[in-house]
Amino acid sequence: MTSLRITKHPILKLNSKKQILHFTFDNQKFTGVEGDTIASALLANGILTLRRHEESGSPRGVYCNIGHCFECRVIVDGMEGVRACLTPLREGMDVQSGQKLPKPFKTGITEQEFRDYFRAGESQ
Amino acid sequence: MTDCLIIGAGPAGLSAAIACGENGLKTTVIDEFMKPGGRLLGQLHEEPNNIWWNGCEEAEKLYKKAVTLPITLLLQTSVYNIEKKSGHWHVHTNKGSFKADLLLIATGAAEKSMPVPGWTLPGVMSIGAAQVMANVHHVKPGHHGVIVGVNVLSLAIARELALAGVKIEGIYLPVKNPATLDQAVPTDVFKSLLNFTHLAPSAFLKAGGYFARRSSIIQTAAVKMYPKNGFKVWGIPIKMRQAITKILGNNKAEKVCVSDISSSGRIIENSERELSIDFVCIAGGLYPLAELASIAGCPFKYIPSLGGHVPIHNEFMKTPLDGLYVAGNITGIESAKVAIAQGTLAGMAMSLAKNKSISKQRINQAIQNVKTTREKALIQFHPDIQKGRDELQVAATSLKNQLSKTAI
Repeated sequence: MTSLRITKHPILKLNSKKQILHFTFDNQKFTGVEGDTIASALLANGILTLRRHEESGSPRGVYCNIGHCFECRVIVDGMEGVRACLTPLREGMDVQSGQKLPKPFKTGITEQEFRDYFRAGESQ
Repeated sequence: MTDCLIIGAGPAGLSAAIACGENGLKTTVIDEFMKPGGRLLGQLHEEPNNIWWNGCEEAEKLYKKAVTLPITLLLQTSVYNIEKKSGHWHVHTNKGSFKADLLLIATGAAEKSMPVPGWTLPGVMSIGAAQVMANVHHVKPGHHGVIVGVNVLSLAIARELALAGVKIEGIYLPVKNPATLDQAVPTDVFKSLLNFTHLAPSAFLKAGGYFARRSSIIQTAAVKMYPKNGFKVWGIPIKMRQAITKILGNNKAEKVCVSDISSSGRIIENSERELSIDFVCIAGGLYPLAELASIAGCPFKYIPSLGGHVPIHNEFMKTPLDGLYVAGNITGIESAKVAIAQGTLAGMAMSLAKNKSISKQRINQAIQNVKTTREKALIQFHPDIQKGRDELQVAATSLKNQLSKTAI
């Protein structure tokens, strides 16, 4: 599939000489351009899943793209809960997707999940 | 300490800042996004004179004017609380707290959610999200997809996406459920579209507009006779008698389920089929983004023609709270040009509050300008906007009378 970056447009003036920015997402190398948000740079690279739902583990991407819904929250240079849609891409940025979290105190978890959680704690 | 703090650097906020700056008020504008312009940035449509309204350029014009004045613009700044302490507004943000005599909330609008099974899959986004991706960041939301929700916003953005080289397979109705009700009944959707026949180059819609103004029986008949495969507007198929019932995919949106529906939105049995796509846009319409006015303690009124709950304010854009003003889509869903006119008015009213030398005549001109801009607006998001505005005036006056009585 071709890139989602728009290269020609009948009305909008596109700047093809924008500075290339390098960043990583889940330790994989990507590039974006100056003026990108984290969300637009990832979308241009065909990356749609920005995080796993903390409880269900279901994949989530950008929804509102204006900072209102918080569906696109990612971890940027160690800072959690950063909205990918409002954050300008910077050279060398380290972006990590949010992952499913353990839920040992919620009713209805499987015995295996319970054991795994405490075993993970013991090994640390 | 600043004379005037403005939350939101969109068309209303920037215009207000310019009016304040021109009248010598020390003004600070804050906005969450990395560029000034708000949702104006994404707009791109053709005016009746065939000239394109390019939101990015319009935003830049406002910004360039603002920077010549004593205005501080703080971007990537998010407000999380507002308090009134010893006669001043205190606005708390991720970049620290600000103190001001006058506060204008110009936070615009947000999109109504329209849950369709499967809508949390990556690749499903609001129509406004796709607009910002395409027109601001120049990235397509996908290669080929569908839009759920037939309304003026989805039609306009569908055309913008098509210009960007995105294939729109069709604009469909959502499956009828309690959360999609106002967008899921073909008869109602058709009626609301008839307000925009002047915008859409489609013979069917134009004929519909002509007949439908005459009788509601003809309107109902028109929906029943509606061509099964839909009609096209700007080459984009409008599927008014088909609904998206589900979005399917493994870790991302890959297919949608489409069913035929009756004119009341009932699913026709055994008509379901699948359509391959790589993105889905959900277009539920806009509502005023008013949480901050609520936090500040402003009273509200529910006015459907303005898009929902709006902060009560008078003709000078002033709320019943001392020093608190509102402008733009937070006061009701209208076009960017109306937001600009409202922003200018609010800026002049705030300047008058601070400096009595401003002539009453200029304020009256600004009030008049909001009215004429509204009358001339290309897109009326709701046919009863003026009625809604009048209703709000009545609410503001009655609240004022009530308050003065309690004061005695």
